[in-house]
Amino acid sequence: MNKIIEFQGVSKSFGDLQVLENLNLHVMSGEKLALIGPSGSGKTTILRILMTLEPIDSGIVMVDGDYLWHQKTDNKLEPASEKHLHKMRQNICMVFQQFNLFPHLTVVDNIVQPQVLIKKSNKNDALNKAEELLALVGLEGKESQYPHQLSGGQQQRVAIARALAMDPKIMLFDEVTSALDPELVDEVLTVLHQLAESTDTTMLTVTHEMNFARDFADRVLFFDKGKIVESGPPDMIFTNPKEARTRDFLKNFIGKI
Amino acid sequence: MNEVLTFSPILIEGTITTIELTIASAIVALLISFIVGLARFSRHRFVRWTAVVYLEFFRGTSAIVQMFFMYYVLPLLGVNLSPLLAGVIACGLNIGAYGSEIVRAAVQSIGRPQHEAAISLNYNSYQLYRYVLIPQAIPMMIPTFGNLLIELLKLTAVASLITISDLTFMAQIIRVQTALTLEPFLVILVIYFAISSILIAMTNLIAKKFSKGRNTMQAGGN
Ligand SMILES: Nc1ncnc2c1ncn2[C@@H]1O[C@H](COP(=O)(O)OP(=O)(O)OP(=O)(O)O)[C@@H](O)[C@H]1O
Ligand SMILES: [Mg+2]
Repeated sequence: MNKIIEFQGVSKSFGDLQVLENLNLHVMSGEKLALIGPSGSGKTTILRILMTLEPIDSGIVMVDGDYLWHQKTDNKLEPASEKHLHKMRQNICMVFQQFNLFPHLTVVDNIVQPQVLIKKSNKNDALNKAEELLALVGLEGKESQYPHQLSGGQQQRVAIARALAMDPKIMLFDEVTSALDPELVDEVLTVLHQLAESTDTTMLTVTHEMNFARDFADRVLFFDKGKIVESGPPDMIFTNPKEARTRDFLKNFIGKI
Repeated sequence: MNEVLTFSPILIEGTITTIELTIASAIVALLISFIVGLARFSRHRFVRWTAVVYLEFFRGTSAIVQMFFMYYVLPLLGVNLSPLLAGVIACGLNIGAYGSEIVRAAVQSIGRPQHEAAISLNYNSYQLYRYVLIPQAIPMMIPTFGNLLIELLKLTAVASLITISDLTFMAQIIRVQTALTLEPFLVILVIYFAISSILIAMTNLIAKKFSKGRNTMQAGGN
């Protein structure tokens, strides 16, 4: 297995606030990674850097063997052009906390349009794939509804199907259940869990659902103040954490694990 | 009053001219609105800057003077426009400046999350605007465009000053020929009001059509 993502000495600040400090992190191809940690620790920022939504201040990010935020011209490392970013985005897709479906398109068109525009699929193939994916996330029969006619859990499952339709090598999930009513959380987590078992797509998920992190992940990363405090298999992190800070954080979730 | 009604053929002619002027100017204004409004989002500073200058120039100077300029000054520079064409261009350019603000504001009101969803799916900026932002912005533009259309209708009355025989022009003719003042102007006020009522009804119809089935507001489009 090779490293599909690598952060090398990455720093990132918002004004005076240093969110990531000399971060080193790698993710193996096919790995399912859960990022946990207190609010404001920089988990979302890591995903947004990978989705090219947030540039880095210093360091290097490698994705699938190529520079993400840089490009090499004449052996010199330069900031990535829009063209390079466009190329790099082919590998990555993100699912957002607030779903971010296209409200003016039906469910099926939300999944068909990006395939046709970006992957240049023909309309029929795109349609078949959309149907397939909607079945996978348990939403057959909702094709012609508009997003606002669906529950939050259903919208999020459409968003997951839309991301899957792009066949990314890396999928990013940022607290995809935290905008949902509690009774809708499980339907989304179940879908994610099944996905994790059945695909070799690399998946990074930020979550506050510790039970889910335990079932879903090959490796859990505990994050605090822009640094990795501890990382390891879920059994180790959840039952026998080495670091005091990890234990303190997990105390808040006792009874929920 | 009866005397005015004997002039109904020229009143009808004037009404038709006013409607033609309004429709032709509206088409020009709509094109300008989108071109100038979207230019505000260009990557190139020069394009953005040109759009702002255009907007501020046409918003900041008198529409009547703009029209006089088209009709009386351009010929001196060797450009001869028929009165109707000068009227259409002047009204279209002027109202288009206001319309560009409607387009800009509506597109700008579509929030970051939609941009980010599109980037995440690897849309380029053309695709982002063409398939994500503009389709969501259009339903928001329609009511404000409707108001602007009424402004345009009222502006066309000014075109009588450059010898276009629109409604207002015809009213003047009737006044001169009959020595009546109240009646011809009362009649054209009623006709203007009837036209604007029809335009309002039309915009409402279009707005309704656009809001059907795709309730952008409720759908977390922020
Ligand atoms: N665009 C921004 N401008 C300014 N500050 C920001 C911006 N984005 C994030 N931050 C700040 O950076 C810090 C890290 O944010 P981030 O969203 O990565 O945290 P997080 O670990 O995802 O937290 P949470 O669990 O609350 O989602 C926070 O203090 C946040 O307020
Ligand atoms: Mg976050």
